[in-house]
Amino acid sequence: MTPTRKRRLIAVLLILAGVSVAAVVASISLQQNLLYFQSPSDLAMQPIPPGRQFRLGGLVKPGSVNRVEDSLATRFVVTDGPKEVPVEYVGILPDLFREGQGVIARGSLNDGGLFEASEVLAKHDENYMPPEVADALEKTGHVSASTDYSKE
Amino acid sequence: MTEKTPNKTKLRKNPVVLFIHKLGSPAYFYHFTGKFIPWFWAIFLVLTAIGMYQAFFVVPSDYQQGESFRILYLHVPAAWMSLLAYIIMAVCAFIALIWRIRVVEILAMCSAPVGAAFTVVTLVAGSLWGRPTWGTYWVWDARLTSELVLLFLYLGVIGLYNAIDEPRKAARAACLLALVGAVNLPIIHYSVKWWNTLHQGSSISLMGGSSIDSSMLWPLLVMSIAVKFYYGANLLTRSRVKLLEQDLRKGWVRNIVREGK
Repeated sequence: MTPTRKRRLIAVLLILAGVSVAAVVASISLQQNLLYFQSPSDLAMQPIPPGRQFRLGGLVKPGSVNRVEDSLATRFVVTDGPKEVPVEYVGILPDLFREGQGVIARGSLNDGGLFEASEVLAKHDENYMPPEVADALEKTGHVSASTDYSKE
Repeated sequence: MTEKTPNKTKLRKNPVVLFIHKLGSPAYFYHFTGKFIPWFWAIFLVLTAIGMYQAFFVVPSDYQQGESFRILYLHVPAAWMSLLAYIIMAVCAFIALIWRIRVVEILAMCSAPVGAAFTVVTLVAGSLWGRPTWGTYWVWDARLTSELVLLFLYLGVIGLYNAIDEPRKAARAACLLALVGAVNLPIIHYSVKWWNTLHQGSSISLMGGSSIDSSMLWPLLVMSIAVKFYYGANLLTRSRVKLLEQDLRKGWVRNIVREGK
């Protein structure tokens, strides 16, 4: 390698190293802002005061969905295993909203600890399979896999 | 190429090095790649026909998402290609910045519009998929935002290249931007791991296998190979045209015009 090329190589590598360090520092310092949602466990560790908007994410607890009669209101419980938060939402839910499925709700807590959602999005997992395979898995005792929300 | 390697005679003996050196010559590159392009288009068309037929008519619907999951067969190959096109662009940019090989500069610059197109396909197909499944076209989570940043990086490279009149200088500036923007690639890939996102995690990893049922998997692989051939054909065609444009007055182009091939 000629000296000119060596010099260029060093310059380019230095620039790359600098940019990488900057990117790492930026993403670590933005860690909290880049979290799209808080899990019920996050909430238990770092409580968010009532009235402040945030996104709550987790699984819809099976058996917890109640539709309020004569209105579009739905009540359900969002859980991530150890902790859970009750949610109320008025509006049309996405097609994939169902018990055991992941959701992300935007809204705020009221004084009674109920999360009043203004928007509910369904989060789906990375598993794709035909219905027959899902049935077979359920029969053999494999719970139809759902996203792991236990990660921090 | 006017630059000389110091121990040229020694390197000449190695057939691989010789071939790479030859490819650096615009005339040789033009003729060599010209032979592949029709084959690339043919393979792309055949694989796409097979893959799309399978994806739309043969593959069973998903147990959760029903029919809408079929967008996967467009969205995922396009998303992989949008990243791979950037990797190729960045590697070419790196080589171009240090060795100043004009053919490689042109390859880097011609990868940008193709990659940008795949990024647009990824974003549009993804948002059309997001509406029925998530309930929204767009959210500002880490995965979606970093993929949008990828589009802006591509547009930045294209813009910078076209903003400077002298093509070699323009390529050098744009190559540097392309290289710096490569830090976004791991961010896109790991965004679903590092942060809570609405976008689900990766279904397929090189080491860990696939969480897509095998009956649904192979059309995805067919489609992802098909887009690679599309990319190859498109990249090489663009590069050849760019070479012709730049070398309009050079001997090898005159020969092509005279001989009509």
